[in-house]
Amino acid sequence: MSRIQSSPAALRGSVGALGGFAIVTLLTFVGLMAITFFIGRVIPIDPVLSVVGDRATQEQYDAARVAMGLDRPLAVQFLAYVGDVFQGNLGHSVSTNRPVAEDLARVFPATLEMATLGIIIGVGMGVPLGVWAAARQGTWIDHLIRVFALLGYSVPAFWLGLVGLVVFYAGLGWVSGPGRVDIFYEGVVEPRSGLMLVDSALAGDWDVFWNALDHLILPATILGFFSLAYIARMTRSFMLDQLGQEYITTARVKGVAEWRVIWTHGFRPIRVPLITVIGLSYAALLEGSVMIETVFSWPGIGNYLTVALLNADMNAVLGATLVIGAVFILINKLSDVLYRMLDPRSR
Amino acid sequence: MTTMTDWLLDDSPTSRVQASLGRGYRMIRLLMRNPLAVIGAVILLTLIFAAVFAPWIAPHSPLGQNLSQRLLPPSSTHWMGTDELGRDIFSRVIYGARITLMIVALVAVIAAPLGLLIGAVSGYFGGWTDKVLMGVTDVFLSMPKLILALAFVAALGPGIENAIIAIAITSWPAYARIARAETLTFRNAEFISAMRLLGASHARIITGHVLPLCTSSMIVRVTLDMAGIILTAAGLGFLGLGAQPPLPEWGAMISRGRAFILDQWWVATMPGFAIIVVSLGFCFLGDGLRDVLDPKQGGKS
Repeated sequence: MSRIQSSPAALRGSVGALGGFAIVTLLTFVGLMAITFFIGRVIPIDPVLSVVGDRATQEQYDAARVAMGLDRPLAVQFLAYVGDVFQGNLGHSVSTNRPVAEDLARVFPATLEMATLGIIIGVGMGVPLGVWAAARQGTWIDHLIRVFALLGYSVPAFWLGLVGLVVFYAGLGWVSGPGRVDIFYEGVVEPRSGLMLVDSALAGDWDVFWNALDHLILPATILGFFSLAYIARMTRSFMLDQLGQEYITTARVKGVAEWRVIWTHGFRPIRVPLITVIGLSYAALLEGSVMIETVFSWPGIGNYLTVALLNADMNAVLGATLVIGAVFILINKLSDVLYRMLDPRSR
Repeated sequence: MTTMTDWLLDDSPTSRVQASLGRGYRMIRLLMRNPLAVIGAVILLTLIFAAVFAPWIAPHSPLGQNLSQRLLPPSSTHWMGTDELGRDIFSRVIYGARITLMIVALVAVIAAPLGLLIGAVSGYFGGWTDKVLMGVTDVFLSMPKLILALAFVAALGPGIENAIIAIAITSWPAYARIARAETLTFRNAEFISAMRLLGASHARIITGHVLPLCTSSMIVRVTLDMAGIILTAAGLGFLGLGAQPPLPEWGAMISRGRAFILDQWWVATMPGFAIIVVSLGFCFLGDGLRDVLDPKQGGKS
């Protein structure tokens, strides 16, 4: 890998790819803001009324209308909105009575922590399962893995979360219940990164660490199951492509051991496309965490979003949508550009 | 019967009807060889049957409350138990099939033709039309679907109609991409040039010759997407943004059962099984259809 990247032509190609990547990503962000702007300002019949309430006087209403800049043309309003977003101003939340940007910065690490452990579980189980299914194509193992993976497309995340709570928390007592830590561990560790596991490890407070892991493991595993489904399916498909190639037959004819044929000859070439798949799944997990967080009362961005939805707190809804969308786009594009830089054929 | 199959499988059909019927017959025969696809088809037929004949199948009324029969466990009279208002859960699940079927049908009817048209126009004309349309499509495609649907419902207000609109808005871009890719493979084909030489208008070429060729890959994709659409709709229902009570929507039913999950597990779990079975049915059928209609992709994943 390092040999390939050190050539100057490859490096230039990467720089060009990065430039194009930046432009496309920026345009996509503007598109995302256009959508959230449209949702927030154009769809509601009267955005002012949703802010001042229906008991406001005409003067209050007009003042709010001017303060929100709604008397200006739509294009000017959009530019002002984009300017606000780039300055990190996402408006004020009605339900928490704080700036939305501040709220989001506080809740985001919790989601990140859960999604990260989720993708680790998903990759750790999905890739071997996919390779296994491909190596045993057409056998009952292959069918079993296929059905298991299809279940990941068919089971509602919130339902699996509830069933998981009933079985593993209430029934077997293997894990802790909803929330990030038990109530008496709340606020023991000073938040530095916002990631409970990292913070408690840094502070050397292992009681909190294990308690946090106990709370995290069930929702993260359930979340990981959904990425497992996609990763296993894609791994199997990539592997079958490789195993059908002539050089694999050559290797087999030469008498190379079957595990080496599969892992060295078959698996190595698919690592690059798998990066894209893993990137996409990671982004999807951030989104999928909305449902899981609601079920597990996990104080992350998904929970924040659903609470805001139920309170009709539009600024918070749009802010959360914007942040999740932006992270989603960023991970998507990054895995795309990584693929192009690592795949020798695209140079 | 033999003459019928002979007529269907005739290698030199004498009419267009015979040719297309024959093709359909061959496809169904191929599909029947795939056991998972057959299971999927049976599940879907059961769903449709349950939705159409709900009043005759359901042993109790889906809305009738009976407070003396609250939260009963599954038994021979109440196969899936009763909920917190004494309503029979099995009957509600059966009636819920109507709502699920309505949601998937309406989303398919709105999103698929929209995506098909945008993709076909984009691929057929190329140039700036293509750049602009695909630019918009890509923006929508790179957005998280569920979050976008949530935000749309938040602005439109909760309710089943708005949930359907929101899901449709977030589903069309994938279809546009497929239709465009498909169109690009034959936009310079001779039969298109021939139509142009004959003086056919762009609209006629697109509707009469481009769109029909995109439909088979579209059917595959829509079937495969159905599971996701059902899950999104159920998720919106679970969050209280989709179908509103007392409608027996499966996601909303799970949401109601959440309060009793530790003691009366059946209230929340039973509707979940319905969602899983129906989604799996669409997945199985979609996989089977892809193997038959889209052999390029078939058998790999």
